[in-house]
Amino acid sequence: MSEHLPVLQVVIPLLCAPLALLVRREAAVRTLAFAAAAASFAISVALLVSVLADGPISYPLGGWYPPLGIEYRVDTLSAFVLCVVSGVAAVLLPLGPGRGGHGLPSGRLHWFYAALLLAQAGLLGVTITGDLFNVFVFLEISSLASYVLVGLGSDRRALRAAFTYLVMGTIGGTFVLIGIGFAYQMTGTLNLDDLAQRLPEVRHKSTMLAAFAFLSVGVSLKLAVFPLHQWLPNAYAYAPPVVSAFLAATATKVAYYLLARLVFTVFGVAYVFGELGLGWLLFPLSLAAIFAGALAAIRQTDVKKLLAYSSVSQIGYLTLGLSFASLSGLTGGLVHLFNHALTKGGLFLAVACVVARSGSSRLDDWRGIGRRMPWTMAAFVAGGLGLIGVPGTAGFVSKWYLVQAALEAGRAELALGILASSLLAVVYVWRVVETAYFRDPGGPETRAEAPLSLLGPTWVLIGASLYFGVFTEWSAGVASKAAAMLLGVGP
Amino acid sequence: MSADAAVLLALVLPAVGALGLSLVGRWPNLRETVTLLAGLATFGTVAGLVPEVAGGARPGFRATEVLPGLELEFELEPLGLLYALVASGLWIPTSVYSIGYMRGHGESNQTRFFACFALSISAALGVAFAANLFTLFLFYELLTFSTYPLVTHRGTPEALAGGRVYLGVLLTTSVGLLLLALVWTAQLAGTLSFTQGGILAGHADPLTGGLLLGLFAFGIGKAALMPFHRWLPAAMVAPAPVSALLHAVAVVKAGVFSLLKVILYVFGLDFLREGQISLWLMYAASATILIASLVALRQDNLKRRLAYSTVAQLAYIVLGGALATAGGVLGGGMHIATHALGKITLFFCAGAIDVALHKTRVSELDGVGRRMPFTLAAFALASFSIIGLPPFGGAWSKWYLLLGAAEGHQLVFLGVLTLSSLLSAGYLLPVVGRAFFAAPSEPGGGLREAPALCVAPLGFTALGCLALFFLAPALYALLEPLVRN
Amino acid sequence: MTLAGHWIYWAIVALMMVGLYVLIARENLVKKIMGLNLFQVSVILFYVAVAKVRGGTAPILVEGAGDVVYSNPLPHVLMLTAIVVGVSLTAVGLGLAVRIRAAYGSVEEDELDRLDEADP
Repeated sequence: MSEHLPVLQVVIPLLCAPLALLVRREAAVRTLAFAAAAASFAISVALLVSVLADGPISYPLGGWYPPLGIEYRVDTLSAFVLCVVSGVAAVLLPLGPGRGGHGLPSGRLHWFYAALLLAQAGLLGVTITGDLFNVFVFLEISSLASYVLVGLGSDRRALRAAFTYLVMGTIGGTFVLIGIGFAYQMTGTLNLDDLAQRLPEVRHKSTMLAAFAFLSVGVSLKLAVFPLHQWLPNAYAYAPPVVSAFLAATATKVAYYLLARLVFTVFGVAYVFGELGLGWLLFPLSLAAIFAGALAAIRQTDVKKLLAYSSVSQIGYLTLGLSFASLSGLTGGLVHLFNHALTKGGLFLAVACVVARSGSSRLDDWRGIGRRMPWTMAAFVAGGLGLIGVPGTAGFVSKWYLVQAALEAGRAELALGILASSLLAVVYVWRVVETAYFRDPGGPETRAEAPLSLLGPTWVLIGASLYFGVFTEWSAGVASKAAAMLLGVGP
Repeated sequence: MSADAAVLLALVLPAVGALGLSLVGRWPNLRETVTLLAGLATFGTVAGLVPEVAGGARPGFRATEVLPGLELEFELEPLGLLYALVASGLWIPTSVYSIGYMRGHGESNQTRFFACFALSISAALGVAFAANLFTLFLFYELLTFSTYPLVTHRGTPEALAGGRVYLGVLLTTSVGLLLLALVWTAQLAGTLSFTQGGILAGHADPLTGGLLLGLFAFGIGKAALMPFHRWLPAAMVAPAPVSALLHAVAVVKAGVFSLLKVILYVFGLDFLREGQISLWLMYAASATILIASLVALRQDNLKRRLAYSTVAQLAYIVLGGALATAGGVLGGGMHIATHALGKITLFFCAGAIDVALHKTRVSELDGVGRRMPFTLAAFALASFSIIGLPPFGGAWSKWYLLLGAAEGHQLVFLGVLTLSSLLSAGYLLPVVGRAFFAAPSEPGGGLREAPALCVAPLGFTALGCLALFFLAPALYALLEPLVRN
Repeated sequence: MTLAGHWIYWAIVALMMVGLYVLIARENLVKKIMGLNLFQVSVILFYVAVAKVRGGTAPILVEGAGDVVYSNPLPHVLMLTAIVVGVSLTAVGLGLAVRIRAAYGSVEEDELDRLDEADP
């Protein structure tokens, strides 16, 4: 049984999705979804523990051994990302779309759960598979489910956001497919490890360059790397808040994982950063994302949109960490993947709490909400401090590594840039805090806290983001091992 | 109870108090009882540690290692003890005063006020007990965030604007400069632990050292070294007890205290002196002293005048540290205590005058001494201490600072210190003079003191200024290990 | 492996560009989806073209037939999956277009922009 864990990880949510459609009753579906997510979370933790103890696991799907068959491969990095995705899913799945904030008639909620389970299965599949074409298939499964989920938002703009997301996502997916085709044409294999071994022979051919270009641009579209981020703000802003939380915490993170995999495992540092000099492109783009995202966030009048632009900015930190191609830089990027998933997931959930009570995520309607919903807003403040990177929160750990990487690389201007951008985060977080606590609502102030079913998960994520700001063995510790593995300087 | 446990207890007591008083926020009397009890218990715990630390022990504990080389660790040394004593000790009279002031003013959101107040004391004690730069930084930021709601307490547009400046300056400096200095130091020295004699010597050349010192000196924005002093006057929109305890004692002293710690335990006095690293800082501090004093002379709003006086007095401590001599450090350390008592009294008085007569301007104070004799007498005593006249505590700290300047053969700073004493007399004594000797601007009005809960604490702290003069040997004995080779 | 001449790649690229052009230039959402489809189909053709060996037969092992030249079956199989993905995308896209039409009364992008601006 235990040797089949890698495949169960994906199969459980994948099978539960159609099952949810058959069950239909909301309470039962909710339980089913939670059971599926909890099971895959338990499996991913077990996988992580096993990988840390005994090294990578290779699982031949259906007994067909690689390179011919499809291989599921679990190493430190993929186990780490699996834990993030399935952990966040386990917290979010039982929630449903949340009261208000979605356009679903009651009695149709099982469709929502099915889509969410599919999205989860797809993301887990992308992470765990060792086969390039399999990556594409799972990527599209998760994306398709995400388009549907975004389209469920209560505002009709959600539909347009979903449509734009679909168009951009499909272009990205198709680019990935083209890239895979070129890579296959050159090497005759689709297995990632095999590919990595055969690529050096053909690295000087221009087809190779085309393969890398299509793959990286395609993945960057899904990751919303500046300036390919246009789909993200509207998608996050108009999706039901719980969906925004899920997508922000998992979808872009898996895309980041994929990019790191391709750059470091498949194509190799020497090729990507040495010959192609990707660093020269990725540094300015990352900085531009960090600043443009933060500056746009400052101007927003809607809290969800503000958080969405903040995500664009935070994705800049992720890619910045990657572009250093150094141990501390990559550790910073990977640990930020983890930390930001918790923080942003928690923040969107806090918005979900407010929307469930007051029905609005417009900043103007948040006046005095700090007194009406003290626990929700306390969570929001804690999450906001995490975005800023205040010591004691998870965000600080990521920034510490990134600043260190910048100084190690002898690029003090980047260190200053990272720190300066934290100050921009202060500005946009504080606009919300000020409104929520110190602006007069001009109406009666009755205490109306969000239901525990929403507040609980919010605090689970926010609490985790605080916990991992102090105890980092399982976040930064594992991330640095994964980074060492990617760079080939460790197991 | 072991001393290590006492350190932990002192750290969590105010936080527990904050939690407790939020829970009983509906009953004001109970709430304020909890505040006072937490204050007494905290001060008792800190005071109980004095014999241990004076005996050479360094109680503390390691909570956890956040990242390799980045520990959350606490260790109590003499300077930290002094700062902790000042912050927790003055919390008690301030609590009493707050009760009178907040009720007298009919402020809203009092529970939030008291809870944040207690939290900021917790943060201040964390700064005091920190065993390394990372822990210090963590609590330093916590102090910023826990005091922000106090600054903006009234929620008026001015309060919000003041809060923005407060948060803006403090975070810009700490995140932009201090954090950078931290990472850089960690990379140079491989550690961030406070170590007697410093950790940078041998790892940095004087030029790097000077640059780092700059990052630290300006990065610790709470020390209000010009040009990063703007937050201090801006924070004066806060209610008087906040200005008194936080912006005369806990927050600003957290700044100079951190800077002294950095000078003593990160750079080391020898490294600073031999490399001539801190010479520029002496001039920067002197400039701040003189400019802030001159600005204070021109302020009509009493609280703003006191705020600029604080900027100047903080720079004394910075100057003491920058001199990197025994006298300078001892004088600076003592000044933390003596200035705290003096300035808190002055802010208490300003608040009392506001509560009783609704006057906030110096020009309105003609003849007020006859209506509020106790308050203004206390104001006079505290002013003498700030100016540095014997027999008040301030005399000693100035004396050691002068000694330190002479010791380092920096005679020009003898002149700066003397001149600034004259200037401080120039901005403080006219207040006393007007109040007692000028004819009242408005007719009538008998004795009209602020509520007893306001007057008693300010009388107590004014007498404290006097007592400190006689306690100076004890202070000296406590701080002397800092500069012993 | 002999390739079936290079002209097929030019044709594929042309088809791809037509698809992208439609996707970008048309305001009508349904036409956009058509563009998307063209774009995807060109990639499918690309895979098939890569796999085709001139004169090759179906890759079926026949006892005693000796060495036969056969086309690479793998890309063909992959494209079965890709076609499924494409169909699903088209379905979701058209579904969204229907919902947009119901909510806005239009599927013209400029019209939708106008409606969104009018209703903050």
